[in-house]
Amino acid sequence: MSYKYHQFQVVGRGLPTETDEQPKIYRMKLWATNEVRAKSKFWYYLRKLKKVKKSNGQMLAINEIFEKNPTTIKNYGIWLRYQSRTGYHNMYKEYRDTTLNGGIEQMYTEMASRHRVRHHCIQVIKTATIPAKLCKRESTKQFHNSKIKFPLVFKKVRPPTRKLKTTYKASRPNLFV
Amino acid sequence: MPFKRYVEIGRVALVNYGKDYGKLVVIVDVIDQNRALVDAPDMVRGQMNFKRLTLTDIKIDIKRVPNKKTLVAALEAADVKNKWESSSWGRKLIVQKKRASLKDFDRFKIMLAKIKKAGVVRQELSKLKKETTC
Repeated sequence: MSYKYHQFQVVGRGLPTETDEQPKIYRMKLWATNEVRAKSKFWYYLRKLKKVKKSNGQMLAINEIFEKNPTTIKNYGIWLRYQSRTGYHNMYKEYRDTTLNGGIEQMYTEMASRHRVRHHCIQVIKTATIPAKLCKRESTKQFHNSKIKFPLVFKKVRPPTRKLKTTYKASRPNLFV
Repeated sequence: MPFKRYVEIGRVALVNYGKDYGKLVVIVDVIDQNRALVDAPDMVRGQMNFKRLTLTDIKIDIKRVPNKKTLVAALEAADVKNKWESSSWGRKLIVQKKRASLKDFDRFKIMLAKIKKAGVVRQELSKLKKETTC
């Protein structure tokens, strides 16, 4: 499963000066498509929080964070701040996925489709793995059923490889399972 | 027409697209409306879209997300492999695979066998024809 958004831990601080020999070190966990973007995002957020810029700061470490248990399903709650056409809003969204990166990717695509918000207008405030009891959204809660059972109603048969795809077919497809 | 094959924990499905094409997997949990967590004895447990799965009639008795050992034991207990290979769908797939892997010498042997079979059938037919006309 290749994910578009990777989670990085970025550590940086302002450069030491005569007045401040040991500046405070700051660590951020953020999502970006690659390391270069992650470093850039780090300075963007840090500028908004402290009086430090990339030109008078130094990057100490950047590591990618991988999912600890990619074989278990978790409910992710994501708090975000996004810019719409009329102003900034906060939002809380829930996703069911095996990895946090997958949940974040779902969030970005959903925000783009439902609210027409592009990636650069979204700031992830906080993410958390929510236990099933505390989930708020019905669309995630409906899958919290150990005896879940539903039929696949609409089944289109696809060619097993893209190579066997044809533009025209002699007969209409049979969509029943 | 009510539905007979349901997506449920323990349903055995056939992968019909992608890297694991042709494998039998067990649905171990449902992630959301489009994806399931699937597991098989020879692969790491992972997610799969329902579009890549074709449900079969076989269902095994497992709890939600069993560990690998329990899953393999349940597969053995339900005798999924033999049930699949003796079902008409399973047999068809085996024949397809065999046909695809034939070498030229095998095709030659099949040609001879077909000619022989046709000869025997034609003999019997001509015998029956003789009986009815005379």
